[in-house]
Amino acid sequence: MMSYQYLLLLLLSLGVSAVEVQRPRGVPLSKRQFYEEGKPFTCLDGSRTIPFDRVNDDYCDCEDGSDEPGTAACPNGSFHCTNAGFRPAFIPSSRINDGICDCCDTTDEYNSGAACQNTCRELGSKEREIMKEMAEIAKEGFLLKQQLIQEAKSGLEEKKAKLAEVQVSKKDLEDKLEALRTVKETAEQPEKEAKERHLKAWEDEKAAIRLEKDKAKMAEVFLELDDDADGFVSVADLLTHSELDPDSDGSFTEAEAQGLLGGVDKVDTAAFESVWNNIKEKYVSESNADIPAPVETPQEETREPVPENDSEQYPEEDIPEEEEDDDEEDEDEDPDDGDYKSPPTTQTQEQKDDDDEGTMPPYDDQTQNLIDAAQKARNEFDEAEKALREVDDQIRNLEKEISFDFGPGAEFAYLYGQCYELSTSEYIYRLCPFNRVSQKPKYGGSETNLGSWGKWTGPEDNVYSLMKYEHGTGCWQGPNRSTTVKLTCGKETVVLSTSEPSRCEYLMEFTTPAVCQEPQSLYPDAHDHTEL
Amino acid sequence: MASVLLLWLAVCLSGTWAVDKGNFKTCDQSAFCKRQRALKPGESPYRALLETMELTNTRLTLQLINDNNKVRLLLELYRLQGNITRVKINELKPLKPRYEVPDVLIREPPTEPLSLLSQDENGVVLSLGAESQRVIVSARPFRLDIMEGRDVLMSLNSRGLLAFEHLRMRSFEPLRSKEEEEKVEDGMWEESFKSHADSKPSGPSAVSLDFSLPGVEHVYGIPEHADTLRLKTTDNGDPYRLYNLDVFQYELYNPMALYGAVPVMLAHNAQRTTGIFWLNAAETWVDISSNTAGKTVFGKMLDYVQGSSETPQTDVRWISESGIIDVFIMLGPTPKDIFSQYASLTGTQSFPPLSALAYHQCRWNYNDQKDVQEVDAGFDEHDIPYDFIWLDIEHTDGKRYFTWDPHKFASPKEMLQGLVEKKRKMVAIVDPHIKVDSNYKIHNEIRSKGFYIKNKDGGDYEGWCWPGSAGYPDFTRADMRAWWASMFAYDQYEGSMENLYTWNDMNEPSVFNGPEVTMHKDAMHGAWEHRDVHNLYGFYVQMATAEGLIQRSGGVERPFVLTRAFFAGSQRYGAVWTGDNAAEWDHLKISIPMCLSLGLVGISFCGADVGGFFKSPSTELLVRWYQTGAYQPFFRAHAHLDTPRREPWLFGPENTALIREAVRQRYTLLPYWYQQFYQAHQTGEPIMRPLWVEYPQDPATFAIDDEFLIGRDLLVHPVTEEGARGVTAYLPGKDELWFDVHTFQKHNGAQNLYIPVTMSSIPVFQRGGSIIPRKLRVRRSSTCMEHDPYTLYVALNPQRTAEGELYIDDGHTFNYEKKEFILRKLSFTKNILSSVNMAPDAQFSTRSWIERIIILGASKPSKVTLKTAGGQESQVEFEFDASMSVLTLRKPGMNAGVDWSVTLQ
Repeated sequence: MMSYQYLLLLLLSLGVSAVEVQRPRGVPLSKRQFYEEGKPFTCLDGSRTIPFDRVNDDYCDCEDGSDEPGTAACPNGSFHCTNAGFRPAFIPSSRINDGICDCCDTTDEYNSGAACQNTCRELGSKEREIMKEMAEIAKEGFLLKQQLIQEAKSGLEEKKAKLAEVQVSKKDLEDKLEALRTVKETAEQPEKEAKERHLKAWEDEKAAIRLEKDKAKMAEVFLELDDDADGFVSVADLLTHSELDPDSDGSFTEAEAQGLLGGVDKVDTAAFESVWNNIKEKYVSESNADIPAPVETPQEETREPVPENDSEQYPEEDIPEEEEDDDEEDEDEDPDDGDYKSPPTTQTQEQKDDDDEGTMPPYDDQTQNLIDAAQKARNEFDEAEKALREVDDQIRNLEKEISFDFGPGAEFAYLYGQCYELSTSEYIYRLCPFNRVSQKPKYGGSETNLGSWGKWTGPEDNVYSLMKYEHGTGCWQGPNRSTTVKLTCGKETVVLSTSEPSRCEYLMEFTTPAVCQEPQSLYPDAHDHTEL
Repeated sequence: MASVLLLWLAVCLSGTWAVDKGNFKTCDQSAFCKRQRALKPGESPYRALLETMELTNTRLTLQLINDNNKVRLLLELYRLQGNITRVKINELKPLKPRYEVPDVLIREPPTEPLSLLSQDENGVVLSLGAESQRVIVSARPFRLDIMEGRDVLMSLNSRGLLAFEHLRMRSFEPLRSKEEEEKVEDGMWEESFKSHADSKPSGPSAVSLDFSLPGVEHVYGIPEHADTLRLKTTDNGDPYRLYNLDVFQYELYNPMALYGAVPVMLAHNAQRTTGIFWLNAAETWVDISSNTAGKTVFGKMLDYVQGSSETPQTDVRWISESGIIDVFIMLGPTPKDIFSQYASLTGTQSFPPLSALAYHQCRWNYNDQKDVQEVDAGFDEHDIPYDFIWLDIEHTDGKRYFTWDPHKFASPKEMLQGLVEKKRKMVAIVDPHIKVDSNYKIHNEIRSKGFYIKNKDGGDYEGWCWPGSAGYPDFTRADMRAWWASMFAYDQYEGSMENLYTWNDMNEPSVFNGPEVTMHKDAMHGAWEHRDVHNLYGFYVQMATAEGLIQRSGGVERPFVLTRAFFAGSQRYGAVWTGDNAAEWDHLKISIPMCLSLGLVGISFCGADVGGFFKSPSTELLVRWYQTGAYQPFFRAHAHLDTPRREPWLFGPENTALIREAVRQRYTLLPYWYQQFYQAHQTGEPIMRPLWVEYPQDPATFAIDDEFLIGRDLLVHPVTEEGARGVTAYLPGKDELWFDVHTFQKHNGAQNLYIPVTMSSIPVFQRGGSIIPRKLRVRRSSTCMEHDPYTLYVALNPQRTAEGELYIDDGHTFNYEKKEFILRKLSFTKNILSSVNMAPDAQFSTRSWIERIIILGASKPSKVTLKTAGGQESQVEFEFDASMSVLTLRKPGMNAGVDWSVTLQ
């Protein structure tokens, strides 16, 4: 069998060389008729006619290079190698006799001294082998692809059915949600009113308590001031409390004291009520006054016990000399003003003041019942809302998947939601088709996004041969990372290789049966020629 | 506040792509420059002590004294062969020797006799041999005037700026009153820049001298600067600085120092060209001022009409940080005399292998062997020729030079063999910083031999560069260089083969964490400080590498080494490129004056990264850059790591075709380029040359730097404007004719010609009167074209004559030195074109023949006869295009190496 084939090839190649002597060097069979021995030759572009002895005479006469098919004389000529046993080829004329073997049948190097070997037979058998292999892969792959198309079809049907189903349930959910909204709103109105009532009652109570306290304090102060216990507070009594000096100028005069008393020299307990309102802010109890509180001490200092804290927190030029208290307090009310946070001490003091007034008493049973009922309605509403959101998501996802361009037969649909990995010496590359590509260092380090699904970018006649993933993590002084995925036919679905041909532009080779073509459409010409 | 913010933003944004000027010193920040520049013109404190004068046949010596401090200097004056005067000034008795630059001069320059013409108490007059040239040495104050006839050609110290900071002991005693009181200024004994301290163990040691050039308004040279061809005056800014630096994203049109330094300046006017070669390798600043600068053309005319004007004059002042004053005054008188005078001192352009003149494809980085193979295949697929593919630093095993990345370049010989089979070659980078790594052979050997540069404390100097911590071999040592050269032997440099050549980058040297991104000046090279030798480092690196490539072939093959840093004399070792430029139109434009300036000072083999290194070029810019680069001596595309790929076929078929055409034009002209390099190697003349070099009496040419000549005969005005629809080229020479090389259209000289352009246009003109050989069969590499036939382009001048040469050798060995070459003189006169042997003692044979002769500006003959050596005659067929007067002789067919003549009747 082998020897028979060999013999046949030998005969064939002999036959070919027999044909070749009948046409000028470098002319393909298909153009033989234009080169007729002994007759004037017309350049193939028709530009001029020359004697036949100027064909292949190593001087370029035709603009189109057609007079020198077998020499390097024309810059734009081409040379045909028959390459018996392999594929015939055209090479640029400039490769004739340049010392480099381009044609496997060695015919391009007829005068250069290059020692070329005829490798056509090896190349041919190798190519046939590869083609056979590829044809087998393509055949199997194509079968798989048909299967994928079927699966995708039924998958799509399923998804469409599911979508319809979900859309119905969505309508139900929407109705339910509306009903629950009404229930909730109905329950919330009485709840709100009951809460407000409760709050109002508590506030009234607080005001009453405060009034009581104030009265008690006033009585106490009256007794304290009324040094001579005559039932009156007099100018003299007031003068012992220098802190009451209205203009705080250091001298508390009788006139000023009289002014505080409403223009009279003394007041009784009933009249003291109005005096009290004037002095209670400043008044210092005598029991406290035993502790020496130097009069000269500026008020601010006593009120701000930790000024050092301030100086740390305020930029120096902003340290307040005076009258900054109001501003500070304004700023304290704005917690978002990050750089100017109030000292924590102030806040705790304020909270303490509030605490003095006690906490709100628990709701009464009736109110509590209303609250509980409203809360229940709210929970139910929230749950229904959440369920609706989930259904929306589901619909969106289904719609997205249904509308996705998974190829003419949706043969790429099976890749959706899958991920494929390739491990190299340094990284693990991960391709999640129609989603994203990423790269993770093998030995620690965070993942880098090499691009999110962009679009199909194959050439017009083969759009589904390339995928583009874009807008990955940015590169320093460079573009955002992106990845092109080149799809080739294979029985398996695997990432074959990755590379970075240009900085931050990755290339991934990926095999899948989904791109396998119908086998007979492969290499339509190859067989004819190899059998030449 | 908002404006402050905007300003800050602007600084940040502009900082993204511009040089960070703050990383580099201004004159004010360089203590010696500041000190010296503070001295203003005035009466010099130096006096010549005529009684100390000694005159031998070839040398005059004379002591100078500084009347302020009584320190004495020794002046030496030599008359050198070829119309050069050498002036050397050193301390009479320096505390310790001062550095004198070795290895840059190719030999001790031969002298010529000096004779005393007259002498009195005011000075002496010496004869400089022929041409009635004299030197007048004036005693008080000291100055030198070089005269020819009644004209002063050049004066030294005429502005009193001679300064010589004598070496001294550091005095720590404050202000002792003594006779020679010297003010101790900041920066004399130590200075710092940013976070770097310079310990300055020798203290102040600067030297300075002024030169006046009467009648001169145009000065050129002192590369490397990203500036116009014609140097500007520096009165209102910093002087031009010469200090080899790795400048990240350099800025254009300013006097900042760049990667290389050649301290040579040319001065030119319509009558004469002169040159100053300031042989000093320390940091140097050059001030230029002119009494006509700033005057309008009208102002100058008014002066002329009124006759009231002083003669135009340019004043130049050189300041160097250390060493001595050793200056060569080249007296021309023609530009070509200057080139040969300078070549007689520092040598000529090395003669590269022919393939190095072809196209080079480079990128930081071709990722792996597969990438190399694919790019190589891409050129064949798109039928674009190339000769060299380059590998940048990523090809190494962790930036250890002389090694290969074990994964990406696992089998370099296989890769190189693949290129051999296509007759192509590779360049791999070898930088001079050596990774400090005890598992790295190169490092261990350098350390154990003590070859590293030392820091000021005596340990091995270490700095940061690509590999991280790195040592820097002391290339100033001859034994170190010999060892380095031996590392290129095939059995030392693993994976190397005969088609692997070398690229020396980062050899300023670049030290990422050093002052101004370079080495500390107080690092030690044996007894000398780095300060003394800085500008020589890159020169020595390339010298040692080129020597290595020569030695590995047993002295047979010519080396090819590209360097970024250079000094005077670097032309002897290979090619230079203009460093890390950017993909911007202005960078394309500046490539012309930058390479022209280098050519003027001997370095002809110059190119810029085609496409621009940083950033990504627009397609239009890339195409225009290929078209420009195709006509510059070193033609290499290169790109930064972070830029998108830009192999020529990635921009659509139309642009691929435009780039292919540009590269093919280069390949057709390779015979002419090769011949130009042969000439440059013989004469030192620039290959890419300014117009004024060929038309020295035409002031219209003096400032032109958007067009240039290749040799004498090709004029190129590349399109360097975005969206250009036309260019205006100046065609020089009122008796010249210029032929458009593409259309053969004839134009008269001495005119500004508007040339409409399209994207495919590269305006190039051949001078009438010239003959240019081309090889029109462009193949995939230059080596593939070796035996191809020639087409001769004969462009006739108004006298209907033309001449040219044809040089042929094996293209890659030193055998041409053994007279193995062909050199033909081609001349057309009286309707006879003939080829005559110009080198009868040379022997070489070629398979190449003459396939076509195209005569431009011809008239139609009735008969064309070819006569060859044996006296045989034959008719040659021809075609005549009457509309363009182009006569094409079809296939005369004679061998390119023999005598022949063609007669038109």
